Amino acid sequence: MSPTTTADPTPTDQTNVADRDKARRWREGGSEPLLRVRDLRVTFQRQGQEPFEAVQGVSFDVHPGQTVGLVGESGCGKSVTSLAIMGLLPQRGNKVTGTVDYEGTNLLDLSDQQMRDKRGKDIAMVFQDPLSSLNPVVPIGLQVTEVLERHRGMSRKAATPVARELLDRVGIPDPDRRLKDYPHQLSGGMRQRALIAIALACQPRLLIADEPTTALDVTIQAQILALLKELVEESGTALVMITHDLGVVAGLCDEVNVLYGGRIVERGDRHDLFAQPRHPYTHGLLASIPRLDAPRGQRLTPIPGSVSDNLPWTSACAFAPRCSQPIEVCTQKMPELEEHHQRALRCFNPVEATR
Amino acid sequence: MSQTTTDATQPTDGERPAYDSSDVLVDAKGVKVHFPIKRGVIFDKTIGHVYAVDGVDLQIRRGETYGLVGESGCGKSTLGRAILNLEPPTDGTVTFDGVDIASLKGEELRRKRQDIQMVFQDPLSSLDPRQSVESLLFEGMKAHGLAKNAKEARPRLVELLNAVGLPEAALAKYPHEFSGGQRQRIGIARALSVNPKLIVADEPVSALDVSVQAQVVNLLEDLQEEFGLTYLVVAHDLAVVRHISDRIGVMYLGALAEEADADDLYAQPLHPYTRALMSAVPVPDPVVEDRREQILLTGDLPSPSRPPSGCRFHTRCPWRQETKCDTERPVLRVPDIPGVGSGHRVACHWTEQIESGEIERHEVAPEVTDLSDLLDGDDSLMGPASISEAL
Amino acid sequence: MNPSPMDPRPSAKKDRIDSLAETSGRGGTATAVKDVHVGAAGKVKDTGGVSLIASAWARLRRNPVFLLGLAITVVFVLLALFAPLLAPNDPTKRMPELLEDLSRSTNPVPGPEAGFPLGSDDFGRDLLSRLIVGARQTLIVGVFATLFGLAGGIILGTLAGAFGGWVDSLVMRIVDVMLSVPSLLLAVSIAALAPRPSQWTVIIAIAVVQVPIFARLLRGSMLAQRASDHVLAARALGVKQSSIVFRHMLPNSLGPVIVQSTLVLATSIIDAAALSFLGLGNPDDRQPEWGQMLGASQQWIRDYPHLAFYPAACIIVVALGFTLMGESLREALDPKSRR
Repeated sequence: MSPTTTADPTPTDQTNVADRDKARRWREGGSEPLLRVRDLRVTFQRQGQEPFEAVQGVSFDVHPGQTVGLVGESGCGKSVTSLAIMGLLPQRGNKVTGTVDYEGTNLLDLSDQQMRDKRGKDIAMVFQDPLSSLNPVVPIGLQVTEVLERHRGMSRKAATPVARELLDRVGIPDPDRRLKDYPHQLSGGMRQRALIAIALACQPRLLIADEPTTALDVTIQAQILALLKELVEESGTALVMITHDLGVVAGLCDEVNVLYGGRIVERGDRHDLFAQPRHPYTHGLLASIPRLDAPRGQRLTPIPGSVSDNLPWTSACAFAPRCSQPIEVCTQKMPELEEHHQRALRCFNPVEATR
Repeated sequence: MSQTTTDATQPTDGERPAYDSSDVLVDAKGVKVHFPIKRGVIFDKTIGHVYAVDGVDLQIRRGETYGLVGESGCGKSTLGRAILNLEPPTDGTVTFDGVDIASLKGEELRRKRQDIQMVFQDPLSSLDPRQSVESLLFEGMKAHGLAKNAKEARPRLVELLNAVGLPEAALAKYPHEFSGGQRQRIGIARALSVNPKLIVADEPVSALDVSVQAQVVNLLEDLQEEFGLTYLVVAHDLAVVRHISDRIGVMYLGALAEEADADDLYAQPLHPYTRALMSAVPVPDPVVEDRREQILLTGDLPSPSRPPSGCRFHTRCPWRQETKCDTERPVLRVPDIPGVGSGHRVACHWTEQIESGEIERHEVAPEVTDLSDLLDGDDSLMGPASISEAL
Repeated sequence: MNPSPMDPRPSAKKDRIDSLAETSGRGGTATAVKDVHVGAAGKVKDTGGVSLIASAWARLRRNPVFLLGLAITVVFVLLALFAPLLAPNDPTKRMPELLEDLSRSTNPVPGPEAGFPLGSDDFGRDLLSRLIVGARQTLIVGVFATLFGLAGGIILGTLAGAFGGWVDSLVMRIVDVMLSVPSLLLAVSIAALAPRPSQWTVIIAIAVVQVPIFARLLRGSMLAQRASDHVLAARALGVKQSSIVFRHMLPNSLGPVIVQSTLVLATSIIDAAALSFLGLGNPDDRQPEWGQMLGASQQWIRDYPHLAFYPAACIIVVALGFTLMGESLREALDPKSRR
């Protein structure tokens, strides 16, 4: 990997347009979606406690080669959504309904065994904490070759050079030596690279990354994001990026879904969404983040309250108590997610379009 | 890395900005905090040191907000604690309002703590789960003789809560009954309860949800104005630090790499590390993201138990030169560049040449840091596991 | 900064939001919206606070395992308290009715008969009455042994945990030495040291065995607390060291110790029984105790196993009661199980 990645310095408008063209092509059926999630609901039921619906009917598409972002704060259901898609929720204590259609198969109908075959081979996942996702007592190399042996039927001998190449490809220097290293010997950034190598071992068509850079420092985060971007572009793998960081989304995702309280509240192509956030939540989030390139001395505009002030979606807009412009109907019934053009919005009183 | 090399290249003789001495609230000189690494079957033997803070000079003026940024393991939190003498410095002095804090002990130190307070990163773990908000807030007042009993202190406690935007009803409640942002408000109220002059805020917003961070940032700004506080804000989020701080110090591996006014630092970052750090922070704007030029650093942060010789950054520096960089430790100095004021200090041998374009960026072979000899202590940035976070 | 009166500032943010809410209402009144709207800091309910202990109790109350353990324990305690009233006969008196049936050669242990549902022991004393009265001695031994052990453990553990350094090393080496001797052997040695075995030698022997367990446990959680953020916060606040130890570190470390003590109650009853069985307990059989009864029954174990069965069953059930309580207490106090 080269030490510097220099984005084309001039053509913002061109990339802008190119991005939008790409989005339109995906949306207007240029290709069949690779993953089609429809009305996904996850309810947690614990003994002696009220059932809690963490994901309340989430629908979105991921097209081949597309990068889709799921953005939201803790408790918005973004991580549960990804675990439900992967079939990684605990066996007991939860109920998953809806459909997760991956190339014509509903993943939710598959048996554990079938799902295990799919995982790692067709769909792979990268987690937030690379240390706890790696087996601490097995060398990195063996963890990569295991995946190759299991899903690609390779022998240990044949798999080792492939593993070496994979480590090299994700930018781990001196891969021959690192194959023998244990996870605790590597830094956080190197562990995350190793995890990405394992995820990419079987050339999956879909990669789900759940806060892959949250535990890392900014300079390392920049490395990992650049790596993900490069790998996705090279291999045509579709990427679902789950994060709370709008900055990460802005640079990486083709389409952005903003989640709040277990539902999608706004969706759009990244340029449109960031230029014109229509939902008061998206708008408020963007106004509340200090930007490195903004003039100093301006006061931030925070969103009042916290997620614990939410109303139940069933009878109102969950965000109404924290909203900057609520109207009467907001507390009386739930707004539906309405799609027009390439945007989707769940709001009775959206922020006015400024242009 | 031996002790002698670190000593030989003491950076304490760097230039110091000439502030009016009555204007300076905190004056740290040559502060070092080294943690011994101990191993042994029966008797522990010191096998090395973690050079968490290795020679830092900084001054904080009255009423200003000084921001310390850097990545995990750079020693910024340890430096914050050393200034409070919660972590006694191995070497150096910290003069607070004319008194050397680092030399105080026992009861004297305890009394002095009234003037310097701390706000913690994780508002839940920093509040005793068994104490009601009332007793949490009253505790410091009692310890410093500001009030005799909770009843007498009650009006003051209500004032404190109001100042941080919480109602009186909060007094009877326990920390676990609040949201993250509310807990951080309680932590701030506790710090305020003893009328401090300086508040050291260690990652005050990084444990909070994005939508709540701005509330706390604004609150800190309001309180500073209201009570004339001085802040030392320690954080890894450059955007937050830039927003809240008047002056910023950038730390790398236990030492300051650059120090400047917040505006200057962003407008003209001079140290190669600062440049890379600035370019790595994602901006929530696709237009900016698409057109910006990133300086990607390669390799890992070296282990603070074996810091590189010479300039600490030379192993990752894209502007590294053959001479000086790996042998001589640069001191913090005002560079000779037109337009750069005396408040802007950089610890780089080649600042002028890099700024003028004389030295160009080149590729760097990445180096991997083997962590196996280092006790893994810095897990503070690890977030919750995904499933528990989601619930 | 002076403690100047800070004017309680009504949240400007809230006002702004409320006025926005009013102006943006499309034809309708904004009152409905106002009701649900939060202030800048979010909502704080007006109800009184719920402490950790209160919420742990709320969880315990619904836990059937805890309730079962509690029921067994309560029955046991009541039995011990009111033993003299509940026992149908004098446990120390050789009952004439039973003595009639007792003959050394043909029927040394008379079986159940009217008025004596469990029969008698080999001295013609009512077995049921002896079991009921025995509960009292058993409880005294269990509770006092646990209390003494707890007290010793808390003192040592607090010393080690609060001071650290060489105090910690010294205390912990002593504790290690104590732990390295098998607990029953230690208890036997201590009990054997006493010139005349009595109830109190048993109690002290068992208590001494428990001390290192409590001390280690407390020291461990004290050290964890010492490194915790809230203790650091108290130090930064300038709270006195004694206050930090007794108000912050100790209360937050006691949870596992309390849980352990309920488990120790069970094991100390079993240990007491073992000591009595080995003949190191109270030799005076006018004060019946389950372990002692068990010990006395060993010569009849082949032909009259019920003599051993009843006291053994009592010990097992009571020990189970305390253990169930302890386990569910641990669950309830575990911060990870909190919601």
